[in-house]
Amino acid sequence: MKTHWQILVVDDEEVMCESLAAWLREDGYQVDTAASGREAVEKARERDYAIYFVDLKMPGGMDGIETMMQVRRLHPDASIIIITAYATVDTAITAMKEGAQEYIVKPCNPEEISLLVNRIIKVKNLQRENTILRKKLSRQYSFHDVISKNSKMRDVLRLAQEISGLRSTVLIQGESGTGKEMVARAIHQAGDRAAKPFVAVSCAALAETLLESELFGHEKGAFTGASQQKPGKFEMADGGTIFLDEIGDISSKLQVDLLRVLQERCFYRVGGSEEVRIDCRVIAATHVNLQEAVAAGTFRDDLFYRLNVIQIRIPPLRDRREDIPLLARHFLERLSHELGKEVGDLSEGALQVLIDYNWPGNVRELENALERAIVTCRGRELTEENFSFLVENSRGPRRLEIPAGMSLAEMEKLLIVETLQRANGNIKESAAILGIDRSTLYEKIKKYEIPR
Amino acid sequence: MKYFYVGAAPDVDGQVLTAVRERMAREFRVPVRELELPRIEFALDPGRRQYGSIPVLEMLARVCPADGLKLLAVTEGDLFIPVLTFVYGHAQLGGQVAVMSLARLRQEFYGLPPDRETFIERALKEALHEAGHTFGLVHCADRSCAMTLGTNIRQVDAKRAAFCASCAAYLQRRNREGALRLRES
Repeated sequence: MKTHWQILVVDDEEVMCESLAAWLREDGYQVDTAASGREAVEKARERDYAIYFVDLKMPGGMDGIETMMQVRRLHPDASIIIITAYATVDTAITAMKEGAQEYIVKPCNPEEISLLVNRIIKVKNLQRENTILRKKLSRQYSFHDVISKNSKMRDVLRLAQEISGLRSTVLIQGESGTGKEMVARAIHQAGDRAAKPFVAVSCAALAETLLESELFGHEKGAFTGASQQKPGKFEMADGGTIFLDEIGDISSKLQVDLLRVLQERCFYRVGGSEEVRIDCRVIAATHVNLQEAVAAGTFRDDLFYRLNVIQIRIPPLRDRREDIPLLARHFLERLSHELGKEVGDLSEGALQVLIDYNWPGNVRELENALERAIVTCRGRELTEENFSFLVENSRGPRRLEIPAGMSLAEMEKLLIVETLQRANGNIKESAAILGIDRSTLYEKIKKYEIPR
Repeated sequence: MKYFYVGAAPDVDGQVLTAVRERMAREFRVPVRELELPRIEFALDPGRRQYGSIPVLEMLARVCPADGLKLLAVTEGDLFIPVLTFVYGHAQLGGQVAVMSLARLRQEFYGLPPDRETFIERALKEALHEAGHTFGLVHCADRSCAMTLGTNIRQVDAKRAAFCASCAAYLQRRNREGALRLRES
């Protein structure tokens, strides 16, 4: 259908403008005209035209190239055809470099212009169809922003949907970067607590005392610097959901406090004597195997059972490679918009690199890889070259670069970080590679504040 | 009573004009009259050695008789609009006047021996096409319809000297609405 597409013809010569507009109207398009670059930009502000025919030489301080650049800032997807009576290689190169889709010299053959417009409209129709299909597909495979077509992951999302209306505690297990918080948010959003707060706390990020105050709040004067009463995350999440990330990393004391909250739904602020009652759903997450931690004596079994009422296990990205294209396109669409880049597609080669890569950092690593590739991309399509850093990452054992002047402690930290990455965050495997026992590794991770 | 005028300067091929008049009468079911027009030298662009279709349309709008429903001018001159190298014809979309050129419809233009039948057939297609525009028809996706866009002679030859069912239905609907409006007024 042609009538959906609107065209703007921009030329200071009225006869040129009107005759091309009339010719295009006879072809069934809705055509507007503008007598100057400024008028064109004003019209582009009001309406999104599919094609702009812009004369290169226009008076009034805004020529065709400047007009094109301003229009493209408003509508990055607009197709701009530069028209000129003075054909030079330089102007053609400039026009194309600045983003003109085509460059025609007037007078031009009617067949040429007709083919050109038809080709652009055909691509626009396909792009629109593609966008609609992608949206449909994304709706089909998504549950509150969690996207997957993997059968295990679909089971996870089905379970998340089923339990969203309950108050039962949920334990989400999965490697770092698999999207545990996303699933927790989805459960919150799908349930009847959606209008109430969702409060996320990373238990690994804070020292024990700070975490205690963060979770339960404190009274005025509870400790040095506590100049006024402060509510904790549990109070902030009242009526909603509290998400406790990296629950496997909390201290024995906090494990006891948390157990009490889960059992009695009440607690005391740090330095307080007044009991605070709360109604919030607890969703905990961990990338460590809590059953192993219980067996090793580092995690309380009673707390584990309290948390493990409903268990959700998120498979790593390498076990659901069919999601990689879906996720990559989702991130591409979002990130290119956020980063203000006009990167709209992924080449087949690039997609293959992404599918073949092992993704130790899971979906988060995929998102970061897309961001890095988009930032460094100079065209409109991401190709294999834009992901060359992934290929380098996946080749054999990496050499550690140890700059001169590094302390022994810094070197140890670097080695632990690299080993954890290679072992996909698996503590048992990392400890074995490093030749130390797991509790020593845990201590060092804590000591060096290594995020996992 | 309103008339469909087919106008031309004295130098235009008479056989073609007769065929066009007959076809317009049959196709649009309106009485057709001929109108002698001045030569279009005023529209000549010496640099291009072609005639601008826009000044021609402006002249036609001025000379169209008061009882003229439409005025289709037929010229021997090669027509152009500034942005294009040539046009076979030009019409006011949904308006009153149109012009068509015979210059590129003859086989001789393409270095071929004359073919009278083909020439007249092409002229009828272009007459229907430009007249169709004055009745509000835009280009048709049906490659065999007279309203399809012809940007070269192969495309002109590929279409028929008739409207497709969809364009014909549009014209019929417009005719009925027009007749209704006339009765109401």
